[in-house]
Parts: sequence; structure tokens; C-alpha cells
Amino acid sequence: MSRKLNLRERYQRMTRDLAWEPSYQSKSDIYPQMEFEGIKIEDWDKWEDPFRLTMDSYWKYQAEKERKLYSIIDAFAQNNGHMNVTDARYVNALKLFLTGVSPLEYAAHRGFAMVGRQFPGAGAQVACQMQSIDELRHVQTQIHTISHYNKYFNGFHDFRHMHDRVWYLSVPKSFFDDAMSAGPFEFITAISFSFEYVLTNLLFMPFMSGAAFNGDMATVTFGFSAQSDESRHMTLGLEVIKFMAEQHPDNIPIIQKWIDKWFWRGYRLLTLVGMMMDYMLPKKVMSWREAWEIYFEQNGGALFEDMARYGLRMPKYWEQTIEGKDHITHQAWGIFYNYTHAAAFHTWMPDNEEMDWLSAKYPDSFDQYYRPRFEHWREQAEAGNRFYNPTLPMLCQTCQIPMGFTEPGDPTTIGFRASDFEGNRYHFCSDGCKDIFDNEPQKFCQAWMPVHQIYQGNCGGATVPDVLDWYHLNFGVDNFDYAQSPDRQHWQQWKGEAAEESDAPDEAA
Amino acid sequence: MQIDIKTADIKPIRNTFDHVAKRLGKDKPASRYQEATFDIQPETNFHYRPLWDPEHLLYDRRRTAIEMEDWYAFRDPRQYYYGTWTITRSRQQDHMEKNFAFFEKRRLVDVMPAEWRNKVATLLVPIRHAEYTANLNNCYMSAYGYGTAITQACLYAGLDHLGIAQYLTRIALAVSDGDTAVLDAAKTAWTDDEMWQPLRKLCEDLLVTKDWFELFVAQNLVIDGLLYPLAYDRFDTAISRHGGSALAMLTDFALEWFGESSRWVDATLKTAAAESDQNKAQIEQWADAWSTRAVEALTPIAVAEFGAEGEATLAEIRAELVTRAKKKSGLDLQ
Repeated sequence: MSRKLNLRERYQRMTRDLAWEPSYQSKSDIYPQMEFEGIKIEDWDKWEDPFRLTMDSYWKYQAEKERKLYSIIDAFAQNNGHMNVTDARYVNALKLFLTGVSPLEYAAHRGFAMVGRQFPGAGAQVACQMQSIDELRHVQTQIHTISHYNKYFNGFHDFRHMHDRVWYLSVPKSFFDDAMSAGPFEFITAISFSFEYVLTNLLFMPFMSGAAFNGDMATVTFGFSAQSDESRHMTLGLEVIKFMAEQHPDNIPIIQKWIDKWFWRGYRLLTLVGMMMDYMLPKKVMSWREAWEIYFEQNGGALFEDMARYGLRMPKYWEQTIEGKDHITHQAWGIFYNYTHAAAFHTWMPDNEEMDWLSAKYPDSFDQYYRPRFEHWREQAEAGNRFYNPTLPMLCQTCQIPMGFTEPGDPTTIGFRASDFEGNRYHFCSDGCKDIFDNEPQKFCQAWMPVHQIYQGNCGGATVPDVLDWYHLNFGVDNFDYAQSPDRQHWQQWKGEAAEESDAPDEAA
Repeated sequence: MQIDIKTADIKPIRNTFDHVAKRLGKDKPASRYQEATFDIQPETNFHYRPLWDPEHLLYDRRRTAIEMEDWYAFRDPRQYYYGTWTITRSRQQDHMEKNFAFFEKRRLVDVMPAEWRNKVATLLVPIRHAEYTANLNNCYMSAYGYGTAITQACLYAGLDHLGIAQYLTRIALAVSDGDTAVLDAAKTAWTDDEMWQPLRKLCEDLLVTKDWFELFVAQNLVIDGLLYPLAYDRFDTAISRHGGSALAMLTDFALEWFGESSRWVDATLKTAAAESDQNKAQIEQWADAWSTRAVEALTPIAVAEFGAEGEATLAEIRAELVTRAKKKSGLDLQ
């Protein structure tokens, strides 16, 4: 009988053993991006493979998952599965997902292909390449799942075009552009560790549980199907940090700076997810505050305790996120309520039951700061004065969210920071975003700022309808309050519900 | 009797996404391949120049000398998106698993003459390092190439090459009763033996080639187009004549894959060459230059396999590649 190799040995032979020490070309020419970030790797052989998957078993497992997933997507479409969601308002969460998140899966696919080619160790290469192709899987299965919704609802129809242009989509887009335009070590720290390992539960859980709670079986299915991929990606994230930390003590301050940066960037990005959880799900899963407590304060806290042995500490400004958990989602929803005439999804004010849920979940902030404002807006809307903000907002130069977040310790004052660089003044929503700029002003001064671009005349014209046209946003269809939306009308027709009479469309400002 | 099942009459308001409809026409339903592929890569308004390549945008058409009006003019004739690719490969993998099991259960290794077992170990097994190069090269094209239509297929090809390198590893173990010394010897041959050095140098030169489409031509058309017929097809034929036909069971994946992949490579080059005379000339120049080098690099291997007929065999294989490039892609190669 053949001598059987154990799993580790077999994987070693199947993967790392394929590489050799080059001599006709220098290693620095084959892997030209290894030096410039300052990370020191002395021995790539010390890389611990986070998972040991050869292509034969990869194909086997993944094909099994794909077969199941597509049979459910087919059944969903055939049975008009969209009719089973709790309410058509829910579909707006999916619009945010397809326009904001799915393109990031694509970006991750390309970014991991880059690092899968740039890292010199075959173990690290293969782990990154598998993540690259998994991410391609995710963007494609998401498109295929949501394709059905696109046939029946508005706002999905040109998601790729929108992702490159629409103001709030520059928040997720700039996040990934930032990571991909950095070097391979920063990319993988940003995405594999800071995002996938520390924060991914805060993206994945809300959307997928939100789908389950709201009767969206198709989305739940791709969520479940992606879960085993995600857990592989998380182990990669942890291995990357450990590996860099163990390779050289000089790496620690660099890694810490990246963790500080990417934690804050991830936190700002996830504000949009938090707002979705608290306001866009007709049937709520949990509040943003609760999610942050579980997934960051408890899990993240334990992780960083563990990281202390490498000399790594909690990300800078994490204390601000603890205070912020009572505020950011309400502030963000307020912003989108103001600007929903320029968005490809609908907003609305919570009904009484939802207001009470928010009061219960946010006992320290909702009744005091947000309920009065929201009730006022609701009254105004009911009186035919639905407010749409006619001016363009000022954006934070780093996270690109409109400057609407409040000062730590003072929820009635808008936070405001600024830095001067090469004769220009740049504005920020927070200390975290200002620090990120100040560390790399040459990079962040380049940001494609949607509001600046509109004022410079680069976005189709001088009026809001011109810009919306350039966004490929169907005026009066994709935008405005849910109450007046064709989506709602269709839903009521399909469900045989009578349209309420008071819902005559408002004129936009 | 026909029973009509009553279903709710809910009419869709559109058939597919706008960017897909723009390419297909409004009323056509889109295939999964089309929805998964068309225009999926970001095109414009990038926020920051890459620190690792400030001369270019994050996604930039100018990373190759090839110019296309529309980078989504490329079509994969296999229509692979992730789902169809992985399901196809898993089917082939099932088949290969049975082949390996059969080979081991029947002890077909004992039927192979020792001389030819040795040839497998010394002439076929070192090629797994060239397959690994092909993996990295296709990963490069996927990372820095332009347009999902072509870049997604490059990543499939990259992982396919990794799979083939891993099958070669299994073949090494299968013909040696699990003796890993075969792998060590093959690797030493790859790094040190004179015979393998031209091919290794070629591989290392490919790893520093910057133009991703040049790499596509060099790796996917030229190297694959010469190496597969030599190392698998001709070699299988020769070994079969000497009682080693069981080897074909173990190389089946590679040969089948080569036929399939060639359809994609040919279609891709046809589209690029048809775009302009400039593209066509550029591809031809690359293909000729790399073919000359590849033939040189493969000569010692061909001679070791076929002795005096080695060079003629290789010349014949190159002639086949020229014919294929003309017939399938409209290219005039030398």
C-alpha cells in the first residue's frame, strides 16, 4: 500500500512545494510590492495555512453549495417569492445592498487577486486566490438572487452605473478604492482582518437575518451559502495579523496604525448598515446598539485582549463608538430622509409602533433627541409638507458621509474638524476621519467628492434633475418617500390592498 | 386532461438590469452568464491613485498595448460564471477521483514498465512547477486586466492550473507508491538540471512580464499550446505504446481541460485581433517571439522524451499551433 501523507504534509506537497527559489529573475522583480509599506517578512515558510483546501475538494464543496443555491433561486423566482416579504419597504434594504455592498464583493475579488499574485509565499498566494474567487462567487450569486427583485421593484435597475456615481455610494466605493490602492499588506489588514474578522458580523448578520425575519428566502439562502466561505476568510484575516506581528517587531506600529484607520473607516461604513437595521426592516432583528455591543464590544474586546501579547491595542477612538451607538443610526436616517429625492431607495418616518421600538432600544437617546424631530417631520409630511432638503450637503473628506454626526459628549452639536494641506482646507466629521487624512493627505486629497463634483459641473448639469439623470435614477420612480412610490402602488395592487387616498405625490423642492 | 394551475398574475416591470438590456435589447431575457459578467467592473470616478502604480488608475485600460473600444466584446464560449465553472470542474473531479481509485485498486502502477514510470517521474512531474507559474500568471491577468468578461475567466484558468499542478503531484505519488522523494527529485531537477533550465528561465521571465495581455498570449496561447500537446498528448501516446496506457487515466483532466480552455483562448484572441490591425500585429509579434523562446525551452524535454525525433515532434506541434491560430483566431503566426 502507498504510504499515506497526513493532511498537513499532503497540503504542503500540493501547494507550497510547487514554488521554488528563483534565480534568473530577482524576487524583488517578481514580487515588486513587498518592500514599500515597510512591513518586514523574514520567512514566508512560517506562514500557517489558515485552511488546507486543495482544488479537488474546493470544487467538490463549492459545486454542492452552488447546486443547492441555484435550485432555491429558481424556485423563488418561479413562485413569485418576492410576494412573501413582510412589506415592500423591506426591499429598500436590498437596494442598498445591491448598489452598495455587491460591488464591494467584486472589488474584494479583484483586490484578493492582486495580493494573491503579490505575496511571495505559495501558501498565502493560494489562500488569497481562493478568497478572490469566493468573492467573485458572492457578487455573482447576489446579482442572480436580486435579479428577480429587479424585475418587480425599482431602484435596482442600474446598480453598477450608480455605484460609480451616486453620492452616498461613494461611501462604500471609496472604502474599497482606499484598500485596493494601498499596498498588499495594508489591503489584507484592512479587508481580511479589520473588516472580515472584526466587523463582518455587523454586515452579514443584519442583512441575512434581516432577510430571514422579513420572509426573503432567496437572500437568506445566499447568506447561508456564503457563510462557510466567510468563515474561511475570517481565519485568513486572523492568520495575516499574527503572521505579520510575529515576523518582526517593527511591523507592530504599522499594523496598529492600519487597525486604527480601518476600524474607523469600517465603523463609518457600517453606519449605513445600522440605519438599515433600525429603520428599513419592517420586522426588526436587533438594534444597531445591541449588535455593536455583541459583535464589537464583547467579541472585539476579547479579540484585542488576545492581541495584547503582540503589543496591539484596541483601535483608536473605540470609546467614541460606544457613545455613538446611541446616535449614529438616527442621525444617518435623518440625513437620508432629507435627501431621499436624490437616492435610489425610498425613506419614510417610522410609524408609532416602530417609534416605540426605537424608544425601548435606545432609552438614553431616542425620546430625548430624535423622536421629537421625527414626529415633527411626520406631521409635516401628513400635512402635505414632506421635507426634502434642496441644498447639497457638505461631505467628510475621508468617509464621504454628509457632515451630520454629532460631537462626542454633545448630541446637539454637529462635529466638525478641518485640516489644511497644500493651500486647501479639507473638512471632516470626526477625529477618526481627520487622523486618517492627516496620515496620508496626499492620498485623501484626491478623493472624488460627489458634491464637489456636482458643483464643478462634472455630473450632468446644474440642477438636481440633471444630476439624477446622470445617475440614471428614474425621477419620481426610484426616489422620494416610500408613501408616493410606484413600488408601494404595485405592492398594494399585487396584495389587493386599497391605496390610501392621502398619498398624492408631492412636488419636489 | 390538462390542468391549468392558477397562479397570481404579477407582471414584471423589466426583464433585466439596464446595463445588460443595453447590450441585448430591452425585451430579451438575460442569461445568468450575461448578468454575472457585463459591466460588472467599476469604470470611472476612482478615488485614489494606487500607491503601487501611481501612473495608472485602479482599473486602467492602459495596462496593456492592446486597445479595445469595448472590453465586454469578449465572450467566453463556455459561458462560465462561478457557478457553471465550479459545477463543471466538480463533475470532472468526480470522474478523476474514480480514475485514481481504479488505478490504485488495480495496482496499475505495477503494469507500467519501470523505464516509463521513471519517465513520468522525471519528465512529467517537474512540469507541475510550470503549472504553478501558469497559476500566478493567470492570477496576474485577473488582477490587472480590464473588464470582467476576460478577467473572471483568467481566474478560473489560474485555479484550473493550480488543480492540474496538484493532479501532477498526485500522479507523482501514484507512480511511486507514495514516495515523496519523487517530488523532491523533480524539484531539484527543475532548479538545477540543465535540461529544465531553459523552461524555468522562461517561467521566471513570464513572472516579470508587465503587459497582462502579452502574458495572456505568452502563457495561454503559446506555452499551453506547445506544452500540453507535448507533455500530455504525445507523451501519453508514447507511453501507451509501451504498456503504460493507464497513465492516460491520470492525465485525462489536463488534456480535456486543454481542449476546453483553448476554445476560450481562441475566441478571446479572435475578438482582440478582429478589433484592429494594430492589435492583430501586436498579438502576432508577441506570439512569434514567445513561440521561438518556448520551442527552445521545450527542446531538451522533447529530446529526452522522443530522442532523435524530439525536435521534429516539437516542430510539428508548433506547426499545429500556427494552423490553430489561423483557423480559430485569424492570426498569422510563424
